[in-house]
Amino acid sequence: MIEKRYDVVVIGSGPAGLAAAIAAKKAGANDVVIIERDIELGGILLQCIHNGFGIEIFEEDLTGPEYAHRFIVQSKDVGVEALLDTMVLDLTPRREIYAINKRNGMIKIDVGAVVLAMGCRERPRGALAIPGYRPAGIYTAGTAQRLVNIEGYMPGERFVILGSGDIGMIMARRLTFEGAKVERMIEILPYISGLKRNYVQCLLDYDIPLQLKHTVIDIKGRDRVEAVVSAQVDENWKPIPGTEDTIPCDTLLLSVGLIPENELSKKAGVELDPLTGGPYVDETMQTNVPGIFAAGNVVHVYDLVDWVTKAGFLAGRYAGKYAIQQRRESERKLRVIAGNNVHHVLPHILDPLSLKREPQDLQLRVQWPVEDRIWINVEVDGKLIKQQAERYARPSEMIKVILSPEDYKKVVGAKELLIRVEER
Amino acid sequence: MVKEKTKLICIACPVGCEMNVTYDGKTVLEVDGNKCKKGINYAETEIVDPKRIIVTTVRVVKGLHRLVPVRSTEAIPKNKIFKVLDKLCEIELDAPVKIHQVVLQDAVETGINIVTSRLLTAKSE
Repeated sequence: MIEKRYDVVVIGSGPAGLAAAIAAKKAGANDVVIIERDIELGGILLQCIHNGFGIEIFEEDLTGPEYAHRFIVQSKDVGVEALLDTMVLDLTPRREIYAINKRNGMIKIDVGAVVLAMGCRERPRGALAIPGYRPAGIYTAGTAQRLVNIEGYMPGERFVILGSGDIGMIMARRLTFEGAKVERMIEILPYISGLKRNYVQCLLDYDIPLQLKHTVIDIKGRDRVEAVVSAQVDENWKPIPGTEDTIPCDTLLLSVGLIPENELSKKAGVELDPLTGGPYVDETMQTNVPGIFAAGNVVHVYDLVDWVTKAGFLAGRYAGKYAIQQRRESERKLRVIAGNNVHHVLPHILDPLSLKREPQDLQLRVQWPVEDRIWINVEVDGKLIKQQAERYARPSEMIKVILSPEDYKKVVGAKELLIRVEER
Repeated sequence: MVKEKTKLICIACPVGCEMNVTYDGKTVLEVDGNKCKKGINYAETEIVDPKRIIVTTVRVVKGLHRLVPVRSTEAIPKNKIFKVLDKLCEIELDAPVKIHQVVLQDAVETGINIVTSRLLTAKSE
């Protein structure tokens, strides 16, 4: 297994991840890497080929791939590394990442600070409890978007779209462009759930019928979708009998909401807010686990990518600062080593700055008994800095050595503090 | 003079202002409800000659993916959208593809180019 150490690891390379990595690097972090499970950077932006991105940040109307391109180029310019085609399997509360890919096999990474930028998932059919068989031809809108825009497959010819989220409306236009017929968009709420401009330029422009206060109550077809049955709902979202309408089609798209993707966060002990589905965060986007930050749709679902980028910058900047602080502390700290006839000594690690402030106890037990006068020697890089006399030493009796603030200048800058027992 | 009134939703930005537009033939007389001047521009074009940015994909041979996304550099008249899409169906690019590479010049005599909106490397063997 390959073992590595990075100042900052960003998980996910969508808009939040790219911004976080760039900001961490700019904040002074030495080595920053983005881990991405796809074969290229950019995340879901790459399949969002429509325009409307970047109006706040660039004051330009960019497509998703163009918006991603700007940040991909910038990330390379500032020296952000990328581990592509790599899946993070585990993240521990001590900020150890286990990832896997075809080139390296298993990789373990110790990290100064982590930014969670895994984005979100689409709410699937299972979450809706629509009755009927499980025929082919039911997709979430984002999956259909990837098939049509990146992989080059049309998932059907006659579509019904359930839900009026932005991806659903954008896909209604996209499918129309590719020669499909979008029979209807069905929304349970009394208003559209996406942006008004998408209603205008995706539905109105192409005469795609929208039915508010309706839902799908049945899916017909055994091997392939043959029709869906819609019905009007009352104020409690219950279908009203007698309003059923059978719409012949071969494909049903679901555009019914997004859920932050936090499987890894949970493994790391990150606490999630049941309302957002994302981590509880402070004003620096740090979660309850020190050194683990989060940004973008993994925290709560945004409607504008520009805001996701801003959240990424914020999280990345503080993750960078945190990692630098971690590195300074670990460079500064002394390892306390048990030498001759010392079974163990606490603390294992000592920060000289704490010694500068106040006396520090070293607590040890010997390995074997010595019923004679002995010295407890404290050495720094081979030089004796303190000697304590004892009349005997027994494993059953803990011995205490106190280092005083005057010892600070003798230990500062050293790597190790050695404690050993010598005959007097 | 016959004053006519219509309601438009501005699509210039995500705010989506709902505007009342008063016009006479092809002259916009009054726009009400817009939060910025983009709304006035939008109303004027929308009444006279509605236009849209168009986005789609074109085929790529031996690319990392089979398609590359493309966009019009500016909005094109709505009534030419499907003619442009038909033209783009005939196009096939060879990888590698650069970002903002012109795919179709002066698309259907609109004076507007269709360009790629990402770079696409060649498929590694």
